[in-house]
Amino acid sequence: MESFTHHTGLVATMDRANVDTDQIIPKQFLKRIERTGFGQFLFFDWRFHDDGSLNQAFELNAPEVSGASILVARRNFGSGSSREHAVWALADYGFRVVIAPSYADIFFNNCFKNGVLPISLSESEVEQLFENAATRPGYRLVVDLEAQKVSDDSGFIVSFEIESFRRECLLQGLDDIALTLQHEDKITEFERARLQ
Amino acid sequence: MANSTSQPRTMFEKIWDQHVVHAEAGKQTILYVDLQLVHEVTSAQAFEGLRLAGRPVRRPERTIATPDHNIPTTDRSVPIADPIAQQQIDTLRTNCADFDIKIYDLDDLRQGIVHVIGPEMGYTQPGMTIVCGDSHTSTHGAFGAVAFGIGTSEVEHVLATQTLLQSKPQTMELRVDGQLAEGVTAKDVVLFLIGRLTTQGGTGYVLEYTGEAIRSLSMEERMTVCNMSIEAGARAGMIAPDATTYDYLRGREFAPEDFDQAIATWEQLRSDAGAKYDVVKQFVAADISPQVTWGTNPGQVIAVTDQVPDPTSLTDATEQKSAELALEYMDLTAGTPMVDVGVDRVFIGSCTNARIEDLRSAARVANGYRVASHVNAMVVPGSGQVKEQAESEGLHKIFTAAGFEWREAGCSMCLAMNPDKLEPGERCASTSNRNFEGRQGKGGRTHLVSPAMAAAAAVEGHFVDIRDWNFNGEVI
Ligand code: SF4
Repeated sequence: MESFTHHTGLVATMDRANVDTDQIIPKQFLKRIERTGFGQFLFFDWRFHDDGSLNQAFELNAPEVSGASILVARRNFGSGSSREHAVWALADYGFRVVIAPSYADIFFNNCFKNGVLPISLSESEVEQLFENAATRPGYRLVVDLEAQKVSDDSGFIVSFEIESFRRECLLQGLDDIALTLQHEDKITEFERARLQ
Repeated sequence: MANSTSQPRTMFEKIWDQHVVHAEAGKQTILYVDLQLVHEVTSAQAFEGLRLAGRPVRRPERTIATPDHNIPTTDRSVPIADPIAQQQIDTLRTNCADFDIKIYDLDDLRQGIVHVIGPEMGYTQPGMTIVCGDSHTSTHGAFGAVAFGIGTSEVEHVLATQTLLQSKPQTMELRVDGQLAEGVTAKDVVLFLIGRLTTQGGTGYVLEYTGEAIRSLSMEERMTVCNMSIEAGARAGMIAPDATTYDYLRGREFAPEDFDQAIATWEQLRSDAGAKYDVVKQFVAADISPQVTWGTNPGQVIAVTDQVPDPTSLTDATEQKSAELALEYMDLTAGTPMVDVGVDRVFIGSCTNARIEDLRSAARVANGYRVASHVNAMVVPGSGQVKEQAESEGLHKIFTAAGFEWREAGCSMCLAMNPDKLEPGERCASTSNRNFEGRQGKGGRTHLVSPAMAAAAAVEGHFVDIRDWNFNGEVI
């Protein structure tokens, strides 16, 4: 997995709560058997009209946020289905960081398996980011995973919490399966004990 | 397994402790997985990952597979029209063959929705850890198992190691005291609870449902409740095993051979007296009426006798905005009585409500009636075995005589990956579990209800309070 240490990028905001994985990647794109190429389908039903034309009113279609790599949204982001395709789509579209007050568990977990960093900030900090992004075109944030800080160039700086194990895995781009297999003797021992 | 502590423990903690392979401070716990269920949509990339890394499946006998999500529910003898869906199913077949995994394929009577067939064949048992690349894996918790939905990377992890990396969730007891009123079903209970908890109230928790109202539920009803735990954001939902559980499991194909010995072990699982949950919430069964969702998440739910809520009555700004967007999408006006809302489509199916008891409940309502002329209604059994059972009881005749379509088993219009879907603007009474925007088809509007409420809505063409229904005699 690609490691994650620092990231600086353009911010896109999405002023919605409970954004579910059915929206992030609609089901008609779940039939693919690859992990790549899902970015073109991200938020498909919101991004495009029925006739295939771009929905100009949708946040991510604004030209100012073209190339954004940090997505700021409201609470309970990624709720619903376990489809990892949602994270594959976000990552493939170019997002490396999501910032929201809270996440659904499975989505949150899936992010870490794909080098995408989901950051939880308080409702008021997220509100501040919405205001900043609305009033400052081209608003960018700096995310420092080592220091666990999010900042901008005009004084906004906040810390975020992250489980130390997840942080290590991201920083080093570790492969979970290889890590677990280091304990293969314990798995074998567990299986043997259970058979008795 | 050693009992690591003499403190009273919850059922979840006991099962967790019994499955810890390796725990280390500051790391996630390596937890042993007893059973993995696999379907076509979330597994292809996991098998591909194994191939790329040259890794075998560690314990192929601990995984079973079935295609369910994108298969058509029409005549099985006709080839699948969608080549990409066909490719995904073929890929599952190849992967199962290559990695020696048992598959219940389309020509097998035991094929069906993963969460219906696991329990039905007796694979799902108390005290197990069960995972599947599907969020409604929480269904299996109804047996007193710890059952998590996982992502595809985790599916690969489980295939390769038969373990899962987990941080221990917290526990929440949801206690429902007293008896449910006539006409109030398990689906109403769980919708009511999600409404109270909100769609993120359970995030980070494993829920344990307790109390008289829960104990009185049949095994299938318990599955309906646990199934929707994820809609409250929970990692899993559980109900302690008891005689109801054992009676259901006894004699099933993969139930333990020494069943009495198994019961003795399962009897140890329930939460000890004095065990501490991180959160306890209590409810009264008599407060629960038949429920209908009005919005675009399962927490946006009211009693059928209520009116569509006014977003401005909500104090939280985020919830208010969410409610406004939901009303707009659902094309509903605040203040409209729910019983005045008409439907175009009715879907009776999904891993929430497509077991035999669900079909009996819907058939009992439909018996002797006709589906309203402007409504298209379909019944999709949860598995081949459910379908066969229903047909042996003559339920399909009641449905077809009433004008419902009678289909083959699968997920169908629960997520509309196959050809069963709503057209833009269509409004559907659905027994499934998610009313998200576009879930049942782009622009489609979903209202979640119980099977009885769905059948009644099909007949009347709008929502009705099932407690007022005139039943035409008894079905079975
Ligand atoms: S019936 Fe619906 S919720 Fe259940 S497994 Fe299938 S798609 Fe998922």
